[in-house]
Amino acid sequence: MDKDIEQILTRYKGKKQSIIMILQDIQDKYNYLPQDVLKSLAKRLDIPLSKIHSIATYYKSFSLKPRGKHLIQVCLGTACHVRGGQRILEEIERELNIRAGETTNDLIFTLETVNCVGACALGPVVVINGNYHGQMRTTKVSKQTC
Amino acid sequence: MTPEEIIRIIKQSGLRGRGGGGFPTGVKWETCKNAKGNIKYIICNADEGDPGAFMDRSLLEGNPHSVLEGMIIGGYAIGSNEGYIYVRKEYPLAVETLNIAINKAREYGLLGQDIMGSGFDFDIEIHRGAGAFVCGESTALMASLEGRVGEPRAKYIHTVEHGLWDKPSNLNNVETWANVPVIVVRGANWFTKIGTGDVSNNPWGGSKGTKIFSLVGKINNTGLVEVPMGMRLREIIYDIGGGIPGGKKFKAVQTGGPSGGCLPDSLLDLPVDFDELTKVGSMMGSGGMIVMDENTCMVDIAKYFIDFLKGESCGKCVPCREGIRNMLDILTNITEGKGKENDIELLKELGEWMQESALCALGTSAPNPVLSTLRYFQAEYDAHIKDKRCPAGVCKSLIQFSIDAEKCTGCMVCVKACPKDAITGNRKEAHILDQTKCIKCSACYDMCRFGAVIRK
Ligand SMILES: Cc1cc2nc3c(=O)[nH]c(=O)nc-3n(C[C@H](O)[C@H](O)[C@H](O)COP(=O)(O)O)c2cc1C
Ligand code: SF4
Ligand code: FES
Repeated sequence: MDKDIEQILTRYKGKKQSIIMILQDIQDKYNYLPQDVLKSLAKRLDIPLSKIHSIATYYKSFSLKPRGKHLIQVCLGTACHVRGGQRILEEIERELNIRAGETTNDLIFTLETVNCVGACALGPVVVINGNYHGQMRTTKVSKQTC
Repeated sequence: MTPEEIIRIIKQSGLRGRGGGGFPTGVKWETCKNAKGNIKYIICNADEGDPGAFMDRSLLEGNPHSVLEGMIIGGYAIGSNEGYIYVRKEYPLAVETLNIAINKAREYGLLGQDIMGSGFDFDIEIHRGAGAFVCGESTALMASLEGRVGEPRAKYIHTVEHGLWDKPSNLNNVETWANVPVIVVRGANWFTKIGTGDVSNNPWGGSKGTKIFSLVGKINNTGLVEVPMGMRLREIIYDIGGGIPGGKKFKAVQTGGPSGGCLPDSLLDLPVDFDELTKVGSMMGSGGMIVMDENTCMVDIAKYFIDFLKGESCGKCVPCREGIRNMLDILTNITEGKGKENDIELLKELGEWMQESALCALGTSAPNPVLSTLRYFQAEYDAHIKDKRCPAGVCKSLIQFSIDAEKCTGCMVCVKACPKDAITGNRKEAHILDQTKCIKCSACYDMCRFGAVIRK
């Protein structure tokens, strides 16, 4: 584990000011921010753990809990909202039996909402594992998520 | 060209910031140049937080060099050797192309030490944001760049004098930076020929150049359009955008993102520039233009923005934190049919209080979507409050689904579509909808090709 942290830190020349990007890279690696990693990071960068926590909880893209294998992000930006993004979200919530922000018990799916991914012309947009699916309809949901 | 000459050209061009406020770019540069200190920073705001807007994304992905060039020119003019680009994490491709562009520029000697033998040093670093709308605000962005929680601070400390690490810092939007090289090459006169007003004596006197808008929502041709400032809304929406799909009626266009407002059809002939939009209670913002048709509920839209802002308010100041929370409670009640007669007065009062007392522009502009919909669409609020009716058929508590037996052909499509098995019936017989099972998801309404599902 410490080797992974070192590798990420070298990318940012160990600069404290890059903490937000360091946390992003840690999250990319572990899929969330594990507590023990944050602890060693705090020691290594000489930043109080409480400060790392305040950053990790302030910014939306960080998760302190393990997330599912597949990440489903439903866009609720304005353009997607007026084209029915909310209904797509509700349909996925029903399908997976979880609410936005939650992960299925089997750790397969995590459902999140995002405010615009910059593909508004294709709205409503759902991003699954980084792949964009445009012009979603409620009837297309189960095909895409399974 | 000397730094002074460049600043003069940018001032004469009348270029105003494309990030929202429309502050004259040359004036900002001059103040930052004149600020005390040897170390100064150039920052590019690529946080593009307005939902429904993607101009900056497209510029960064399509032509990152225009932005880099703008920043290099800015650095030279202001006397800065270090630049930062703050990009939102949701744009991974933009980060990738920017990295390639920066490395290429370094290879060619356009970034780094002694650029093209001029003795001028300048380099640029990328910083990825982590999903916080308020980090697009200048002071919050700088806090985030320093590796802190992105909370705004009081406005009376100017970032051009005390910005990043307390040093003079010049922040401009992506599109603003991309305008700079063209202006320097073609000259201020070329630029001022496009657009509205007169900026020869007053940098606030007009809106010059072109603006990119993201034309999205209920419109036939969605996408980005770059038009001269001052073009009328009608031309943008109908001539370029091709009007509203499905023969539906135009209802409103939302400009300016969560700090902007919704404009009705009576304002379609408005020339689009910074000042005209502000006059009618909206904003240029970063250039989002979301078109709404008759199936959009304006109370729901107001609630949507307030709900968005509730998640994005950093919670530091009371007017913003509590004002937004209260507004959301009231709006939620209205959309659920629990609205009261004096709710509208209360919303207006709350809005004015927030405009006067919130700490940063997120809070002072947060009431805009509510106030502008109240200004132009009050009848729709009244229908929700007095008649307990949602004319657009959006607010779930106020609508009901039923099947018109005359029009129903018995095709079974809705029977299959309904996730709750609320619709029953045999082939070629009119179907029956059980209100007690219906969760109002609209699946049947969206699927029926015969207009047999009634939603009201
Ligand atoms: C809540 C809030 C969010 C903002 N988001 C952005 C943004 O995403 N992009 C941007 O360029 N400016 C944004 N701004 C405006 C910036 O604070 C700043 O005025 C702008 O980047 C200055 O650049 P300009 O003069 O070139 O427009 C935001 C302002 C506020 C109050
Ligand atoms: S609105 Fe949804 S739940 Fe109600 S009848 Fe139609 S499909 Fe079924
Ligand atoms: S609003 Fe959904 S991608 Fe922009």
